[in-house]
Amino acid sequence: MSEKKPSLWLRAYSISVYGLIYAPILILIVFSFNTQKLNIRWEGFTLDWYKVLFNDSRILLATRNTLIIAFISTLVATIIGTMAALAMHRYRFPLYNLSETVMYIPIVIPEVVMGISLLVFFVMINFTLGLTTITLSHIAFNIPFVALVVRARLHGYDKAIDEAAMDLGANELTTFWRVTLPTIMPGVLSGAMLALTLSLDDYVITYFTAGPGSTTLPLRVFSMVKTAVTPEINALSTIWVLIIFILLVIGQISQKKKA
Amino acid sequence: MISGQVGETPKSKFSLTKILRENSRAQGFFLISPTNIYLFLLVVLPLILVTGLSFLSRGTYGQVEFTLNFSNYTRLFDPLYGKVMLFSLGVGVGTTVICILIGYPLAYFLAHAPIKQRSLLLFLILLPFWTNFIIRIFAWMIILRSGGILDSILQWLHITQGPLNLLYTPTAVMIGMVYEFLPFMVLPLYTSLEKIENSLLEAAADLGAPPYKAFLRVTLPLSVPGMIAGTILTFIPAMGMFVVPDILGGAKTILIGNVIRNQFLTARDWPFGAAASMVLMLMTMILTLYYTRKAGFGEELLV
Repeated sequence: MSEKKPSLWLRAYSISVYGLIYAPILILIVFSFNTQKLNIRWEGFTLDWYKVLFNDSRILLATRNTLIIAFISTLVATIIGTMAALAMHRYRFPLYNLSETVMYIPIVIPEVVMGISLLVFFVMINFTLGLTTITLSHIAFNIPFVALVVRARLHGYDKAIDEAAMDLGANELTTFWRVTLPTIMPGVLSGAMLALTLSLDDYVITYFTAGPGSTTLPLRVFSMVKTAVTPEINALSTIWVLIIFILLVIGQISQKKKA
Repeated sequence: MISGQVGETPKSKFSLTKILRENSRAQGFFLISPTNIYLFLLVVLPLILVTGLSFLSRGTYGQVEFTLNFSNYTRLFDPLYGKVMLFSLGVGVGTTVICILIGYPLAYFLAHAPIKQRSLLLFLILLPFWTNFIIRIFAWMIILRSGGILDSILQWLHITQGPLNLLYTPTAVMIGMVYEFLPFMVLPLYTSLEKIENSLLEAAADLGAPPYKAFLRVTLPLSVPGMIAGTILTFIPAMGMFVVPDILGGAKTILIGNVIRNQFLTARDWPFGAAASMVLMLMTMILTLYYTRKAGFGEELLV
């Protein structure tokens, strides 16, 4: 049964794929400390690009916009999506199948199509493009993802504990707040995490629904990439990557501890 | 419900809670309503508007004119746009195939790695993809540009003499796409490979099948659902992609996603852009439906 363990070739192959996956990010980080402006060859160590970055008012504004959009859209989508997941998991109601199908639309249609359709919609109802339209659009693509994640976690939820609470005299609302919600909280939180990352990362839908003054970080990075490529982008990327890595590692460790 | 009368609120609230308490169908409908209303307004309605728009005409100044028009669709099959469509299809299929070729051995490795290490190894594959998408593509721009890192390494190893000039070519676009979508192929493949019982392979070996034959006749067919899920997750976004061609393809590589974007933001021919969107959506939907019906899976898509 020698095929049970990965062969040396397969292991060597996999390690090199891992290397290729990480190489671009490592290169990005290394070049953020490079004195050369063109990002081509290593010339010397500097922290100047970080100074430039922290004095770049457009980046700071874009960061603020990105965070506002991400937090509001995550909060709203998590509440609405969790309600939807509970509905789909526990109840049968009119238009059940139709509701389920509609929830899959934002997941399966190409992003560019969703982007232009939102643009057409907002322009047709004369809604000025800006932070509000971006946030509304992010909620739209986040609801199905939250619902999907929470619903997956609801699999195997024992309804008997709810019934026990009600037998002991708790009403529906108390049961929900004191029993159901705490039990499904890990699922709700991972749904919220997914929504938050999708929102922070989104370029395509934001691009079509943004107006003047509502530039987000991905939009700003894109226009920097297209116009003036300097290691300032590398510095920004490095900080971004670090924050995400730290958050993910904390998330992993805290999950391990619970389990 | 939004009435501000203090005296009214408790009464109407009471009757609503009463209905909700007594009727579980009403409870479910109440919980799903925000989603239904929201997604109808911001997903279904906009798509209906785009469908309608695709049959209208562009006015002289880029405005939309309400005259029925089918030429938006016929124009898509002009030699000019037909070429773009074929090219997008080629890039979509190419990305998917390369992702399968690179991703399959990796998924196989993951499925056969010691159980204790598996979740860490999976986490390590996903980790870079939680960073921003534009940033990752930008990294490839640095690597691929002429005189850049890849050129330096290849010249240092004496594999090439001059610069390869890879940036702003279709090859660069494919590299970026494969990098971007590889995890979407590896994860579903891993899910279906991991489910294959070892006893099946042992049985094949007992019956005298050499390992390569056992792989071809047992492992490969059983991993088809994962491959299909991975294909859908890769092919749909690859077809609509316009960011990767924008950054790595320069002006030379134009995909259907770029055509749609340009019609809406620069050329201002919304009806034509809407028609292109409809065709893109139909193409991806037909593929998805065809494969999901054929394979009858679900779990692999949800990882």
